[in-house]
Amino acid sequence: MASVLIDSIQKNYGVTSVLRGVSLSIADGEFLTLLGPSGCGKSTLLRILAGLEVQDAGSVTIGERVVDGLRPKRRDVAMVFQSYALYPHMTVASNIALPLRMRKLSAVRRLPLLGRLLPGTTQVAGEIDEEVTRTAKSLGIGHLLVRKPGQLSGGQRQRVAVGRAMVRNPAIFLMDEPLSNLDAKLRVQMRAEIKELHQGLGVTFVYVTHDQAEAMTLSDRVAVMIDGELLQVAPPQDIYADPDDRRVAEFIGSPKINMLDGVVRERGLIDVAGATLTIETDARPGAALTLGIRPEAFHLADHGGQGSLTGSVRMIEHMGSDLFVHLDLAGIDHPLIVRLLAERAPYITPGQTLHVGVRPDRVLLFARDGRRLRRDAESDWTSVTPFREVAR
Amino acid sequence: MSDTMSTKRLSSLAAILRHAVLLLTGALILLPFVWMISLSIKPPGEIFRASFSFWPSQFYGVENYTKALTEAPLPRYMINGLIVCSLILVLQILVCAPCAYALAKLRFPGRDLLFVMVLVGLLLPHQVLALPLFVFGYQLGILNTYTALIFPYVVSPFGIFLFRQFFKTIHDDVVHAARLDGLSELAIVWRILVPMALPAVIAFSIFSVVGHWNDLFWPLIAVRDQSLMPPPLGIMVFKNEEAGNDFGPLMAASTLIVLPLVIAFLTAQKWFVEGMTGGAVKQ
Repeated sequence: MASVLIDSIQKNYGVTSVLRGVSLSIADGEFLTLLGPSGCGKSTLLRILAGLEVQDAGSVTIGERVVDGLRPKRRDVAMVFQSYALYPHMTVASNIALPLRMRKLSAVRRLPLLGRLLPGTTQVAGEIDEEVTRTAKSLGIGHLLVRKPGQLSGGQRQRVAVGRAMVRNPAIFLMDEPLSNLDAKLRVQMRAEIKELHQGLGVTFVYVTHDQAEAMTLSDRVAVMIDGELLQVAPPQDIYADPDDRRVAEFIGSPKINMLDGVVRERGLIDVAGATLTIETDARPGAALTLGIRPEAFHLADHGGQGSLTGSVRMIEHMGSDLFVHLDLAGIDHPLIVRLLAERAPYITPGQTLHVGVRPDRVLLFARDGRRLRRDAESDWTSVTPFREVAR
Repeated sequence: MSDTMSTKRLSSLAAILRHAVLLLTGALILLPFVWMISLSIKPPGEIFRASFSFWPSQFYGVENYTKALTEAPLPRYMINGLIVCSLILVLQILVCAPCAYALAKLRFPGRDLLFVMVLVGLLLPHQVLALPLFVFGYQLGILNTYTALIFPYVVSPFGIFLFRQFFKTIHDDVVHAARLDGLSELAIVWRILVPMALPAVIAFSIFSVVGHWNDLFWPLIAVRDQSLMPPPLGIMVFKNEEAGNDFGPLMAASTLIVLPLVIAFLTAQKWFVEGMTGGAVKQ
């Protein structure tokens, strides 16, 4: 059990900067997910935590210890890899036992024949066997101990990898996209099992994924990472509903959030896509903004006019309970995606003109540089550049 | 229906052709060996007879083989070959696997340059180095010893290259997992990577043992003492000194020398083929 403190970590590969001063504090027993598109540096950060890569600057503290320069085995962390990384020439039992053998038996005792002759070896080996059997049983792979990894299915291999990680009671569990190689159904099942594992063990988990569903369902907090920077660290619901940055808003949510460019007409009114929306703003008239509106923030309106957007239906996607309507708005090249309840389906046809209203409190405002503009942060509002300057 | 019939006929025709070609090539390769064995059981008079036959009219095998085993110290040569080949193989694997691991999985300045040097070593024929090695061996004072036969081969560029290529195919995660599990770098090589690269190790062993068992060039330079000679050199000396034009015992000795390799390969064949294909496909 330990907390983790990551302080201004930097990492470069040649001229490419992979991590640009990442700082993050993870509480003891927390489930934190590093979420980001591939190539954003999240796996590199995890490897730095594990000691498999060395950072160019910054430091990592696990528990009370600064672990920079400590070898991976001295850090008391265990890791589960995307590729499982099992040893194919060893049985499941040997795979799970290896970390224990390396820790509990000295080099001499590990010798194939001689080791057995030394007093005490047999007893320790017996304890290890017991530990392995107990771990395997708790993961439901007790009957597979004599098999080799090549004879197991993907889900079983993943369990062995988890078993190998948990058998030595690490202070921190690191997981690098552990579910990516599994099929969709198994992924959902294993997701639940990882959640249970975390609740059962109560140790700190750091989980890397590019799958937002995994991040949202598993985590206490999600750290969204894009281009080597941590953009936001917050509980899943806040990441979704209250993003700090345009890139976070765009990365989270499926279908993607609608981004519409607008200009403040006067206090409380924003011109966007040929319409005017009533949104409480303190920005100066003429300020250029981007409006982020989640597909489900829209509702059907009976008629056009102030406070609603009007467009023609390009396409309708049926998703069972929901309906995604793609609307072409005048003056906007990409369609607006509106999520409606499926019972509306019979009434909507492609080519039809549709009016949609939007709840003002569900509109997220971003500055043109991507920063989120919050109403209570007065300084943000005053610093918004007027539209004319941006256009120039 | 007629389609399948014609396909069948065509495929059986192709099979006949295929087997004919294979049999012919096989026969061409086997012929010298068969001829060697045939000569080894013929009396001297029959060897130079104008008429051709594989089977001798007078079986002279016992005499030839007895002569081969008694007049030359053939068992001694074979033991020498065994000692030299096994020591070379063990040392080669001991040196090559860690080198290959460093070149395949570790990042350090100059790694690519070192690998280029390995490739250069791979390109150099061993004969080119014979003279410098001889001088070197002389200065070390190890000429005419087992060490002289072994030391030039301890570092095998081919072995390093082969192992490095194989280690490259093993996912980095496996190495990372082993480090987290507490294995030292050398333990990673010997307990994880080498067992995983067993097909490469077996293939390399076969190349190495066959190559050094049959090597004549370097032993000819490095040793003079008959009691140190590996089989081919011994045979050559035996031919010059003892046998003269007595080809029967010479062929008998040659047969005896090839025999261990043939037996070893035939027994290992099934396992060898399995090893070469077993790890090839991701299960």
